[in-house]
Amino acid sequence: MKDPQTYIDSGVLELFVYGTLPEEEMVEVAHIVAQNPVLLQEVVSIENSLLKLASAAAPAQVADFSNLRKYIDVDGKVIPLSRKRTPIPTIILWAAAILLLAGVGYLYTENSKLENQLVDTERELLLQESKTQVAESDLQQTKDILNVIRQQDLIAVPLGAQAVAPEAYASVYWDQENGKAYIDVKGLPEPPQGKVYQVWSLTLEPLTPTSLGILDQYDVTGNQIFELDNPNQSEAFGITLEPAGGSESPTLEQLYTLGVVTS
Amino acid sequence: MMTQPDALIARFLQKDAMSFEKIYELYSESLFGVINSILHDKELSEEVLQDTFVKIWNNSDRYNPKKGRFFTWMLNIARNSAIDKTRSKAFKNQRKNHTAEYFVDILEARGSFNTSVDAIGIQKFVDVLEPLCKKIIHFLFFKGYTQKETAEELEIPLGTVKTRNRICIKKLRDIVGVE
Repeated sequence: MKDPQTYIDSGVLELFVYGTLPEEEMVEVAHIVAQNPVLLQEVVSIENSLLKLASAAAPAQVADFSNLRKYIDVDGKVIPLSRKRTPIPTIILWAAAILLLAGVGYLYTENSKLENQLVDTERELLLQESKTQVAESDLQQTKDILNVIRQQDLIAVPLGAQAVAPEAYASVYWDQENGKAYIDVKGLPEPPQGKVYQVWSLTLEPLTPTSLGILDQYDVTGNQIFELDNPNQSEAFGITLEPAGGSESPTLEQLYTLGVVTS
Repeated sequence: MMTQPDALIARFLQKDAMSFEKIYELYSESLFGVINSILHDKELSEEVLQDTFVKIWNNSDRYNPKKGRFFTWMLNIARNSAIDKTRSKAFKNQRKNHTAEYFVDILEARGSFNTSVDAIGIQKFVDVLEPLCKKIIHFLFFKGYTQKETAEELEIPLGTVKTRNRICIKKLRDIVGVE
């Protein structure tokens, strides 16, 4: 081999002690050093100086060896490490995390349920409110009707069914004094799209129809009372179905109801 | 001067608990220093030091004298354990308020306590040694970098690392009085 001094000067022994040579070089240097006392002495010196330097970088005194005893048994056998203290706290942490997660999930579900219930309740409330409104408006209409037909001096004219609609009927309450006619259309079928009922005042000899107006605010409930002006000397009333907007003269084929003033 | 305690090591390799204790006494402080120069944190370094010695005990059958010095073998375990720790959350948290970069900063910063080392001698080393030496020893020895990695890290030619390293260790030996 090379002259020991050359080998020393190459700086490879320092690297050998650092342990930063490639493995095959480590093996090679170890082999050479083992056979040469001069090189071995050099390695020992390097190692000792590094040991001193390194211990100077220790931040405190090392812990007592007794701390390590629990990791080795008396017979010198390896105790299967339950690895430091971390596992138990880690398990507890995980358990806590899972519990927390489960709790959050549970609360979230409960909250969703409650929210759904609230929405249902609100919807129910709205439904009831609209029912109440409908009932109130029905009541108002009924009162209106009652108010009309209870008036004194009102002439009630029942209008009977005609061929077109054998089931149909209506009533006219005529306030002769004030020239008003109240038409109750409860018994009329709902007019088809694009058609309206038109109310006629009739004088009989000769037969002369005069339009009182069209019932174009027709309500599906049929509960309302139409108020029309009637200054005529009516002898009968008739209701025909006419195209939207009404007609000049009644379409007699579409005469739904007719009634004669009797009093 | 202390030479490698071959007989002691041989007994230790036979899983002799007494010799393990002796080995701990001989090497723990140095390994503590190596670990701390990587972690810069006393508590974490204590944890890693214990971990290192448990590994040394458990893996003693893996030490092969044909591949290097016993100290070098332990040094590698210590460095690797410390480097593992640098990836831990605990290390990343403490990293925020650490200031020491090189082992010399640790030497300068640490308080006085009883060690096997002549603290004055080491202080002399720190004072006398040129900054480049401190850096080269930091990377090659404490961190276990190769010469090439050290050259890249310090942005100096590989040849400079090689020649400087030798000179720096020589100075170190003069200062600490090692034969």
